[in-house]
Amino acid sequence: MDLSTLLLMRHEGILLLITLLLLGADLFMPAGKRSSLVHLALLLFGLHTALGFLPMEESSLFGGMFRSTPLIYFFKNALNIGVFILLLQSADWVKEKILQQQRGAEFFLLLFFSLLGMYFMISAGDFLMFYIGLELSTLPLAALAAYEIGKRQSSEAGIKLVLSAGLASGVSLFGISMLYATTGSIYFEAIIGVLSSSPLAILGMLLFFAGLAFKISLVPFHFWTADVYEGSPIPVASFLSVISKGAAVFILMILLFTVLKPLMPVWENLVYGLALLTMFVGNLFALRQQNMKRFLAFSSVAQAGFILLGLITGSQLGTATVVYFVLIYIFSNLAAFGVVQAISLQTGKENMDDYEGLYRTNPLLSLVMLLALFSLAGIPPVAGFFGKFFLFTAAASEGYYLLVFLAVVNATISLYYYLLVVRAMFVRKGEHPVPYFRNAGYMRLGLAITVIGILVLGLYSPLYDYIFELSAALK
Amino acid sequence: MIPGISITEVLTLSSILFFIGVYGFMTRTNLISVLISVELILNASVINFVMINKYLFPELLQGVVYSIFIIAVAAAETALAVAIIFNLYKQVSSVAVRETETMKY
Repeated sequence: MDLSTLLLMRHEGILLLITLLLLGADLFMPAGKRSSLVHLALLLFGLHTALGFLPMEESSLFGGMFRSTPLIYFFKNALNIGVFILLLQSADWVKEKILQQQRGAEFFLLLFFSLLGMYFMISAGDFLMFYIGLELSTLPLAALAAYEIGKRQSSEAGIKLVLSAGLASGVSLFGISMLYATTGSIYFEAIIGVLSSSPLAILGMLLFFAGLAFKISLVPFHFWTADVYEGSPIPVASFLSVISKGAAVFILMILLFTVLKPLMPVWENLVYGLALLTMFVGNLFALRQQNMKRFLAFSSVAQAGFILLGLITGSQLGTATVVYFVLIYIFSNLAAFGVVQAISLQTGKENMDDYEGLYRTNPLLSLVMLLALFSLAGIPPVAGFFGKFFLFTAAASEGYYLLVFLAVVNATISLYYYLLVVRAMFVRKGEHPVPYFRNAGYMRLGLAITVIGILVLGLYSPLYDYIFELSAALK
Repeated sequence: MIPGISITEVLTLSSILFFIGVYGFMTRTNLISVLISVELILNASVINFVMINKYLFPELLQGVVYSIFIIAVAAAETALAVAIIFNLYKQVSSVAVRETETMKY
């Protein structure tokens, strides 16, 4: 093996290097200059994001344990952009709330390790690498959820996340062991050839699916979602709902479309049922939420239901639409969480009632929120509409007309509760509106990037063609 | 191979362990017990991997290697969970699920 082949792990290598550099900087930084840690982390990660776009070839490493295809690179870059926006939005929070307590670098370290785990998870070529990547991405997140040590809710969120993630990965492992029993291998390449729909294989697939469904928070496995989002710090909730969910959707899609393809008659029905259940339950619970974090949590559960519409097809079209939708979802949800973060940082308010009259005091901020919510709801001029529309097209092209119809009904229900927030911001006057404030530079930059993403991604069609082209390799 | 024991019996044992774990996770009211239940589930799959490897596919060591990694990761998970439980105990002076829970629905 030539050492230059290790360059195929460029994303992982650079991210690990950044993490170690930050650890060193944390040790040797004089106490008065700790706020420069934030700038350093942003600079390094920005460089990493830019370097990620350099072209790379398609290959596999370590006897097939680590695969890299253009689609995987593309998705890693999408995750990078998401994390970069997230860092911009959380920079002030880290500076004001965390660095005061002589902490701060751990936030970046844990976040980057979690991202590293996602890299390994999405380029896994066998179940061992997949499992290690999954755990490496989950455990730092549980630590992050419990990051605000003094707050009881934060600890509660951490323990809920770590215990349910443990249960999920345990169930998933039990399923993998059954797949191993039927096929005699843990390598995806070897499994594809020999997997047949024996009862043991089906049971293994079901248990395995349940484990990943926890990560994506599909409905019977969504109970941790709202509590963890509410208790954990907003940047962490935002990471959980956007980056973590995106990576899990991506690997689930790869596994269903390649390794578990022989079981498609079974998982088709499973995905059908879960999609309906997830959309309806997510939407109906979102209707009654007052806390913005819980509200966004249930809205993200419902969005996961829409994503399943693309997964059910098992085709190149399905792959392309899911990746495209996740990309748009990253921008829209980060914009919504960014506004919640900005308001919470300035005033400590997180309830929907507190947003009343926001348009009169902070017009720009409320316009960003409006765009984000329209994109999540899927209203035509913004990107979210095209994402949803393509997902529906993919499902309809396989003949799932009833499912598409019910999904449209759900999109209408979701419009209602997204508009509740819009009404609070624009129509209601409110007795104590949030006073006018000016965001710091990083936050404004972060919100600006998301707004550009929401406005441009939907109208820039070469992007979709490019994703569609990349998806051909998976089929 | 263990003489006198077939793979059916071993897999029955691991399945029973798995379901005890799931049942414990649902019903226990103490955070430490919940954590132990999670460990039971993980160990059930460790037994599965080792035994399937030994009985069905003895020529390669994939299952055994997998089980070593599961044990290592489970240790990390336990350490993290216990650390969070400590922190929660400092604030609530209890590890009962009911008393630590404030967020619902």
